[in-house]
Amino acid sequence: MSTPTKESVREITFSQAVNEAIAEEMERDEHVFIIGEDVAEAGTPFRVLSGLVDKFGTNRVIDSPISEAGITGMCVGAAMTGMRPIVDIMFGDFITLTMDQMVNQAAKIHYMSGGKLKVPMVMRTTLGATRRSAAQHSQSLHAWVSHVPGLKVVVPSTPYDAKGLLKSAIRDNNPVVFFEDKLSFQLKGPVPEGEYTIPLGVADVKRKGTDITLVGTSSMVDIAFQAANQLAQIGISAEIVDPRTTTPLDHQTIINSAKKTSRAIVIDEGYEQYGTTAEIASVIADGAFYYLDAPVKRMGAMNVPIPFSPALEDLTVPTAEQVVAMAKHLCGQV
Amino acid sequence: MTNSTLPPVLNMDAVDREQWIQMYQQMVQIRTFEDNANQLYLSAKMPGLTHMYSGQEAVAVGVCEALEREDYITSTHRGHGHCLAKGAEFKPMFAELLGKEAGYCRGKGGSMHIADQESGNLGANAIVGGSAGIATGAAMSAAMRGSKQVAVCFFGEGALGQGLFYEVMNMAQLWSLPVIYVCENNMYNEYTHYSETTAGDLMGRAQAFGIHSVEVNGQDVREVYLTMQQLVARARAGDGPAFMLAHTYRFHGHHVGDIDRAYYRSKEEEKEWKNNRDPIKNFGAWLIDKNIADQGLLDNITEKAGQEAEDAVQFALDAPYPLTEEVDYHVYAD
Repeated sequence: MSTPTKESVREITFSQAVNEAIAEEMERDEHVFIIGEDVAEAGTPFRVLSGLVDKFGTNRVIDSPISEAGITGMCVGAAMTGMRPIVDIMFGDFITLTMDQMVNQAAKIHYMSGGKLKVPMVMRTTLGATRRSAAQHSQSLHAWVSHVPGLKVVVPSTPYDAKGLLKSAIRDNNPVVFFEDKLSFQLKGPVPEGEYTIPLGVADVKRKGTDITLVGTSSMVDIAFQAANQLAQIGISAEIVDPRTTTPLDHQTIINSAKKTSRAIVIDEGYEQYGTTAEIASVIADGAFYYLDAPVKRMGAMNVPIPFSPALEDLTVPTAEQVVAMAKHLCGQV
Repeated sequence: MTNSTLPPVLNMDAVDREQWIQMYQQMVQIRTFEDNANQLYLSAKMPGLTHMYSGQEAVAVGVCEALEREDYITSTHRGHGHCLAKGAEFKPMFAELLGKEAGYCRGKGGSMHIADQESGNLGANAIVGGSAGIATGAAMSAAMRGSKQVAVCFFGEGALGQGLFYEVMNMAQLWSLPVIYVCENNMYNEYTHYSETTAGDLMGRAQAFGIHSVEVNGQDVREVYLTMQQLVARARAGDGPAFMLAHTYRFHGHHVGDIDRAYYRSKEEEKEWKNNRDPIKNFGAWLIDKNIADQGLLDNITEKAGQEAEDAVQFALDAPYPLTEEVDYHVYAD
């Protein structure tokens, strides 16, 4: 991990951080290109890629037809033959259309070929609800790809992490799925001007604490922070661990934190059933069992298709208040 | 059905004697390989099943003869012929079929996943139509790198039931990519005649995108080769993709275990193709008729291939399995 120099830290948005990571890597390596629906002049509907086409031209920032499976498959082939493609899948819900190419092709080619062929590609896509976008534009499906050996999965929560992790993902020799929280695009945070990368598979303790561990991913790191601030006011010290990647998962950092605090809640915006929270809770239960003073709890998206109505949608995602209530319960405060 | 579409410029005289004999030799090698693979199955020496290419040899050989070693192919579950025609060798092929460490994929891929980067083979694929994206992406990569390589996607008529094809053919034509789609119509989607699964006609599928489309007699290596030469020249010159529909027939069942086939195709039909439309037999007769070879030379080729196969089978039978610790190697590339 290369560390930034202190003097040049400025604040930029999550969206700018992603844009910078791609621009820097395209500058650095002529084999990097990005392809997707409305990635060039439009810069994606979220304007995350704005300006890249002016810098690199339409041969490297490529607007594609609405063909998620096709462009993903073509990136697999391009990656196998010397390029480092980034395929842009506008909404995380649409990764379902790319599943054969990711799961049966990209993830397995290195293994099936006995280590001969490599697929150095990145799929960047989104997660997150509460944008009133209803059931097909709001899901957080990172658990689907985290389940498959051969894929790596990144779920950054801050502009700093997004930039450093995306640069590592682009340089990685494996297929990496990079999930960006749609509501975080305008989130600002310190990002140094200089070159840095963050390795995949290293969790970050985002807040130190002693009484309870809150493991949060992506959008839920902010929820964990809100909860931790409220808990601090009633004398409960929460530690926040952000795994940053779900595959590979940094077991040790998570276990160490749980051992230290003796209690843990895992919070993630994917569906709770068979979800990321279940995997991480199991890691804690296995690795910190004798240190735990309470059962490991998990909070994910409600097991329903995401509803459109604001009155209903807000019920489906974990809130800081729910995390506070659960933490108080685990700490014996009612 | 086929000669009508044969472009008049095809010139048999431009091909020298050695090259014709070389093609004959390769076709015999494929047939011999398959006969031996079938025996390995029947004598219970091979784990799993395999799919015989026998009967279709003229397609693989005619196509690959028009390619350079650096050019790419993607293959199918019925892929031994493609792999051999592109330059794979008997020993690591048989070893792979038996799951041995000396196989092309260290025994991790098996019959349906043989890949050989050295000869431009990006891998056989057990998802029907699954490699359409990979081949098209390899062509995109070649175009981006300015390498002048061409990519060939082999697939059966059954793969035209998959939507992925229509996504990538659209992009291949849109961006003038150097990819040639070789559709081997062996008439059966597994155990179902293609007329039961196909609305409209097969050629129309590529023609709808404006892709240069040709139809050939897939039992005639001369026609396949000379046609393919033109398609490769076009693609290499930047004139875009092509679709070649080759009418052919698989002599065996869907796989080696598919013995009782009367419920989906008649013995008379099989007999007609084997007796009168065997691509090797007919090509051999032509070579003799044109004084390019005599019977002695052809017999010699058959005998040599048989000996080579016998040695390679023995090599594969004697070769060790991969070490058990290899099971989790190659999940991720370094």
